[in-house]
Amino acid sequence: MFDIAVIGAGVVGGMVARELSRYKLSICILEKESDVAMGATKANSAIVHAGFDAKEGSLKALLNVKGSEMMEQITKELGVKYQKNGSLVVGFNDEDEKTLVELKKRGEINGVKGLEILKGDALLAEEPNIGETVTVALFAPTGAIVCPYELCIAAVGNAIDNGAELKTGFEVTGLEPIEGGYRVFSGESYIDARYVVNCAGVWSDNVAAMAGDESFTVFPRRGEYMLLDKECGGLVKHTIFRCPSNMGKGVLVSPTVDGNLLLGPTAENIEDKYDTSTTAKGLGFVRSSASQQVKGIEFGKVITSFTGLRSVGSTGDFIINVPKPHFVNCAGIESPGLSSSPAIAEYVAELLKENGLVLEAKTDFVAERKPAHWFRELDIDGKNEVIKEHPEYAHVICRCETVSEGEILEAIRTNPRPTDVDGVKRRTRATMGRCQGGFCTPYIVELLAKEMGVPYDQITKFGGESYINVGKTKGRV
Amino acid sequence: MKERNLTCIVCPKGCPLKVTFGENGEITEVTGYTCKRGLVYAETECTHPKRTVTSTVVTEGGNIVSVKTSDAVPKEDMFKVMEEINRAVAPNGVKIGDVIIKDVCGSGADVVATSNE
Amino acid sequence: MTERRKTDLVIVGGGPAGMAAAVKAYEDGIRDILILERDTALGGILRQCIHNGFGLHRFGEELTGPEYAYRYEKQVREYGIPFMTDTMVIDIDENRTVTAMNKENGIFLIEAGAVILAMGCRERPKGALNIAGRRPAGIYTAGTAQKFVNMKGYMPGKEVVILGSGDIGLIMARRMTLEGAKVKAVCELMPYSGGLARNIEQCLNDFDIPLMLSHTVVEIHGGNRVTGVTIAKVDENRRPIEETRQYIPCDTLLLSCGLIPENELTKSAGITLDRITNGAVVDGSRETEIPGIFACGNVLHVHDLVDYVSEEAVIAGEAAVRFIRGESVKNADIRLKTDGKIRYTVPQRITEMKDTTVYFRVSDVFRDKKVTVKAGDSVLISKKKQKLAPGEMETVKLTKEMLENAGAGELFFSLED
Repeated sequence: MFDIAVIGAGVVGGMVARELSRYKLSICILEKESDVAMGATKANSAIVHAGFDAKEGSLKALLNVKGSEMMEQITKELGVKYQKNGSLVVGFNDEDEKTLVELKKRGEINGVKGLEILKGDALLAEEPNIGETVTVALFAPTGAIVCPYELCIAAVGNAIDNGAELKTGFEVTGLEPIEGGYRVFSGESYIDARYVVNCAGVWSDNVAAMAGDESFTVFPRRGEYMLLDKECGGLVKHTIFRCPSNMGKGVLVSPTVDGNLLLGPTAENIEDKYDTSTTAKGLGFVRSSASQQVKGIEFGKVITSFTGLRSVGSTGDFIINVPKPHFVNCAGIESPGLSSSPAIAEYVAELLKENGLVLEAKTDFVAERKPAHWFRELDIDGKNEVIKEHPEYAHVICRCETVSEGEILEAIRTNPRPTDVDGVKRRTRATMGRCQGGFCTPYIVELLAKEMGVPYDQITKFGGESYINVGKTKGRV
Repeated sequence: MKERNLTCIVCPKGCPLKVTFGENGEITEVTGYTCKRGLVYAETECTHPKRTVTSTVVTEGGNIVSVKTSDAVPKEDMFKVMEEINRAVAPNGVKIGDVIIKDVCGSGADVVATSNE
Repeated sequence: MTERRKTDLVIVGGGPAGMAAAVKAYEDGIRDILILERDTALGGILRQCIHNGFGLHRFGEELTGPEYAYRYEKQVREYGIPFMTDTMVIDIDENRTVTAMNKENGIFLIEAGAVILAMGCRERPKGALNIAGRRPAGIYTAGTAQKFVNMKGYMPGKEVVILGSGDIGLIMARRMTLEGAKVKAVCELMPYSGGLARNIEQCLNDFDIPLMLSHTVVEIHGGNRVTGVTIAKVDENRRPIEETRQYIPCDTLLLSCGLIPENELTKSAGITLDRITNGAVVDGSRETEIPGIFACGNVLHVHDLVDYVSEEAVIAGEAAVRFIRGESVKNADIRLKTDGKIRYTVPQRITEMKDTTVYFRVSDVFRDKKVTVKAGDSVLISKKKQKLAPGEMETVKLTKEMLENAGAGELFFSLED
């Protein structure tokens, strides 16, 4: 019997597992997909929000400000790229200015530091490419950017390195109360755990219902994004938000920690929790909004577009509670979920403690994880030292992002181990460049097949039946 | 009087050809070609069209090696030729120009390797 | 310490352009040559182009891609021209210092007497971008599918729709069909095909594969694998017409939406690129704006025929040798300008008074036009053409005499009625 079952290996589940792995607990992370970070975590705005949006006194406000403060330290420990680039919320008229002044006030109550209203030359000096029609902006110097799936992979990896277990392809289908805990089913197979933490994202209401808690629902809000080539990453320094409306924070224009430019999201409430399709209308909206906020966006340099589904809870706030003994909800974690995730993890640990779990610190807990990008950070001499011992670091597989065979093999061998092409992509950036995997996919498939000891045509894009190839050309007869 | 329009496939120019037939279906005129090969192509295409087939053959070691028919084969036999190619196994270390299938489907053309394993 | 070496001529890329340039430089007397190839063998993209149709122009016979490449590889080996495979060039600077890496040597620097850029081109992934819907497995560029089928021996799918009628897409329609797949349609956004007429004939018509001009894919369906695509006809502004939406079940979508020169290294050297060709701005000898750095083949501008790639590489190889020997001649400064109907010319400038062949492409399909070259008001060339199409590269020959008469300044290339 495990002490803890964490359902869902997104950034929230990952951070919770990592936090709990500090203590003498046996932990099992259950994930229905083939890899971690497969839900909202892999498709969101990648922003660490300063914390001025959430309503004063809400759990969102509390955990956002706290999480945002913790993020720099935690990303350092986990070797995850983080950049405090500051954010600007831009307005276009007097009405917007009033809203921004309100936001500033709210932010100050929430405890956000350094907020400032900028106009005219001061604004242009901060951000020269700001849209022509922008008249005013709220500047939040503590806003930052981070790569959400990198953070999640690192958190889960660190939890595993500290003794946690990850089961992928484990879609929770039922919960049965047993003596001192729960039996967690995935079809026929099951595990037992003393405490269950529900971090199932857009499915967290379904999981809660399995435990008998029907007090809330979660619906998916579709957000569509466009990602531009690295040539465009320098267009803006800050994250440029639009003055908010009741449908969220609107479209943002932001550099990413990897140097791309990210545009989006839209905000559309939908019903289908599987519907991660992009739409012509949505992408058109992103384009027109982004062009008002920032000038000179080269839409010809878009390298991909994608959709994420935020988990919007029916209560309007994060739903983090203990509705049944031994069962904790972490539900409705929409924006600012990523920013809050380190604080959510601590909050959950605290809740578990209040509910009878003994938290005894491990003496051998290792907080640090080797950065996935350690090799690329070395200078030439440093790299040559590594290459002398491990020549595969000098064999470039992904040309656009200069990712070597060594880096890919290392990713395949590092917890949590990827088993498909997209998994390798999220860990190494291979296939993520301007050719979008045109050259390197066949090589990555080869490396995966070899490492996993399976036939070439069994390798998938993202698990399940998402096969890259459907059979051999020869030997059919 | 019947006519048929063709695109010459002999070279990348892709000349538009017009073939005119007489009462008994015999070719009476070909226009549009800019070289002699085009004329030959038009005549062949209207009587017994032929194509070069290219593909790959598996080697004993389980690799694949690229192949072609050494000459064009009857167009209607392309898939028959493919069946032979799919069945064939090339020896390990096969070299460019090596014959892998002799006189494939009785066409007179051989299937030969176009690369070194 | 990082290894630093000196080499007379460094050639980046061991495909048809790089090898032809190396062979020419060798024949002109340079021995200290190094070809750097990132793939496992010489030959470049031709290794996976196993279809026939190469070399008619250059060798007078029809070869497959690997055979064409092998002709040059044999020459390289016979001459003993040094080359390194599995070697990636990661930087070139304006002083012609080339940074490369491979397993044997690690990261090393080469101070080159001259550099020839011959990195080739890659496919535009662009087609996938603004297509709505899911991102399941089963969406590949035609070139990736070509690699799977021809080099790895695996089928990326069984029921295929191809977006874009570029030559690689057409070739792959035939290859996939011969290997047992069903190609259901080739959709082309433009009202004309970007591929060669003969490929439409022998790759599509031979197998009754419909070419749907003025059509595009508007939505991709599927969860794990592609299960289908919705296509639609487009209006004259290339916008999909709602009423013409049509669902085609398939498990694979191949994209063949054009090629772009791979100029990351060119940019890192600080070389000015032509916004139309996406390749370097060069003079008649294929020298870029940085002295001693030359470019040829598809990295300079995308060619339809490898034969022309080799031809251009010979020009660059010869000029690089002259540069190394200090024998370059710069006795002219003529800019070549175009009217837009002619989209671009290569070279873009002429710096030496000598016979020069100018390659160009047009922006649309034109009939019965005169290709005109003017110096001021005087017409140097007026050549009648029945048909000009964007997919087909054209040439005009400027003689030394014409250039001398034109003097310094500008030559204007246009299509006249």
